[in-house]
Amino acid sequence: MFESFSAVTDSAGFLLGGVLTTLVLVGLALLMGFLIGITLTLGQVYGAKIIQRAVSVYVWFFRGLPNIVLLFLFYFALFPFFGLSNMPAFLVAVIVLGMRSAAYQSQIFRGAIQSIADGQMLAARSLGMTKWQAIKSIILPQSLRLSLPGWSNEYPVLLTDSSVAYVIGVAELLTRTSQVISRTGEPMLLYLTCAVVFILLNYGGMMLIQHIEKKVKIPGFGENECEQI
Amino acid sequence: MNNTTDIPILRVENLCKSYGDLHVLKNVSFEIRRGEKKVFVGPSGTGKSTLLRCINQLTVPDSGFVYLNGEEITNSGKKINEYRQKMGMVFQNFNLFDHLTAVRNIELALLKVKKMSKADAHKKAMDELERVGMADRADFYPAQLSGGQAQRVSIARALAMDPEVMLFDEPTSALDPELKREVMEVMRKLAEGGMTCIVVTHEMKFATSFATEILLMEKGEIVERGNPADIPTSPNFVRTREFMGSYVEE
Amino acid sequence: MSEAVNITVSSGGFDAVVQGIIDYFVSQIPFWQDILLPALFDGLFVTLQLVLLTAPFGFILGMLVAVSRVYGPKPLKWLAKLYVIFFRGCPLLVLLFILYFGLPSIGIVLGSYLSALFGFILCNSAYNSEYLRGALQSVKQGQMTAARSLGMNKIQAIFYVIIPQALRRALPGVSNEFIYLIKYSSLAYVVTVIELTGAAKIIASKYFMYFEAFAAVGIFYLVLVTIATVGIHFLEKKLAIPGVSGVINK
Repeated sequence: MFESFSAVTDSAGFLLGGVLTTLVLVGLALLMGFLIGITLTLGQVYGAKIIQRAVSVYVWFFRGLPNIVLLFLFYFALFPFFGLSNMPAFLVAVIVLGMRSAAYQSQIFRGAIQSIADGQMLAARSLGMTKWQAIKSIILPQSLRLSLPGWSNEYPVLLTDSSVAYVIGVAELLTRTSQVISRTGEPMLLYLTCAVVFILLNYGGMMLIQHIEKKVKIPGFGENECEQI
Repeated sequence: MNNTTDIPILRVENLCKSYGDLHVLKNVSFEIRRGEKKVFVGPSGTGKSTLLRCINQLTVPDSGFVYLNGEEITNSGKKINEYRQKMGMVFQNFNLFDHLTAVRNIELALLKVKKMSKADAHKKAMDELERVGMADRADFYPAQLSGGQAQRVSIARALAMDPEVMLFDEPTSALDPELKREVMEVMRKLAEGGMTCIVVTHEMKFATSFATEILLMEKGEIVERGNPADIPTSPNFVRTREFMGSYVEE
Repeated sequence: MSEAVNITVSSGGFDAVVQGIIDYFVSQIPFWQDILLPALFDGLFVTLQLVLLTAPFGFILGMLVAVSRVYGPKPLKWLAKLYVIFFRGCPLLVLLFILYFGLPSIGIVLGSYLSALFGFILCNSAYNSEYLRGALQSVKQGQMTAARSLGMNKIQAIFYVIIPQALRRALPGVSNEFIYLIKYSSLAYVVTVIELTGAAKIIASKYFMYFEAFAAVGIFYLVLVTIATVGIHFLEKKLAIPGVSGVINK
């Protein structure tokens, strides 16, 4: 089956472009998910009742739908409905994956915030901090550190999910692999190569994240956060 | 006699607080003047801690008033954050910010609330750590400190805001006996320096030697109060003696 | 749809807009009744088939992989680990393409339905095995020792003592995976299985009713996922054993 390994080497540059697109897509979606996710969490934990409700509906919606349905819904229906039918597929993919990741990330952050003892907020307020100052200087820094293990899981999830952008024609790794196959054949070899590249990106990224986790670790913090009540 | 000794620093008037059917505070009133040390004692669950939290509005009372230097701070809206700086609070569980070193714990509010410069905040923080004998642990994280050390840092954190009155909410209850002493030492030194203190504690020996007035709380009310020197003999302290049980006879 | 919007805007007035919207929905009823919903229900049947076939096989295979990783001999451990690395690291869509487009080039033709099914089982089992492995490892060493002391051999001990305890701990993870399975079963569409998503896409393209088709299929998935979530929560509550992990709290 691997008669011509040249099928890979000849298209290496083209495929690397796909890798780059995949990584940029994942990076942007992670960032967007982070920013929206934090906002959602704050709304859900500290917001008025109606905001809490709205966030719950958002999370239920984006966690309940398959990526592929979300992509179709936004790409073929929602954006055209609002007159944005020329929206590039790449951008749609970033937005959909980002908004979806936000739903998941918000729940990770929420769990972390809820695990922080009430006393931290009380102490901050007793020093004369406003609620917002306390959230910004105490609650967020602590909860972000606590959510790192859960958060780092978002990278492999988004990485594997990003391949679904294939269905709306984003030129990421899987799409480009398929394009090469339609020219040169060798589906087994090329798709296996594609799989291996994804796996390498996956574990490489995880190692990087673990390295960062070790770096921002605070002695004793996050190990016994349940002790205080 | 100057004016400040005439107007009480803090006046509490008819504070009430209930959770559902449970009346935690029933019309509690008292006042404290500069340099006085009031110590609240009494069985657990009689509203002592709630009273402290109602004073600086961390818990909002159902009714009643609190005046700081003659200004009403109940219902003061956003201004409460200014008033709180003048009422340092020390918690049973220390509540040090777990993600910050000892010195950063103290600097934070100086930077964010008092808007001090970094250098000034650091100097002030180190001074306060020095005052509680913790300067050598400045760069330790809370998890690396013993309970006694953590509580001393939390006292320093409250002192750094230059409060006019300190509220101690069972500051030694979470500590082993040998660690209680170092915290009490710090409190005594503070008191000698003239700091006005309101303390909730179960340490009767400490209470009687520290207080200028002892107040016994039961079921959300102040039932007995007076000079600690009178406890063993005065008819005003019948229930206090009962509460203290064998302790005083010792 | 854009036609309807034009009508409502041009005729003006609130009543006209409302009337326009109502007219629009009424005019849609035949499309939904005769075309969209029947197609989606056919698709739903295929989706349920895929999900319900994948779940048990994915679970059993996952358990085999997990047991191999924890209790197997060295080479088997190593193989099981490789299995997990590959099938978790490889995007499911890529895996489906390997099975559907790749395998025929070496003479194995599975067809679209089996490609999807095998792909789901491989992926599902790899993820499940991680939850199960964690659960197996969390069972205390003493349990195995106690079982062996009663004369059980290793396999008996694993099956009668370790696995029953581990299962309850793995339940939250495994059931989460089931929810994911419902959602990623939609990828079968890409290898031309006409399940829910496929049915919707076909109708959408054929009648140019993208919004209606994807909104409807979205509702189908939301209902499926919500029912599954509620069902799982109920199951977790029922299976909880006092003192064996906080399954309910997850």
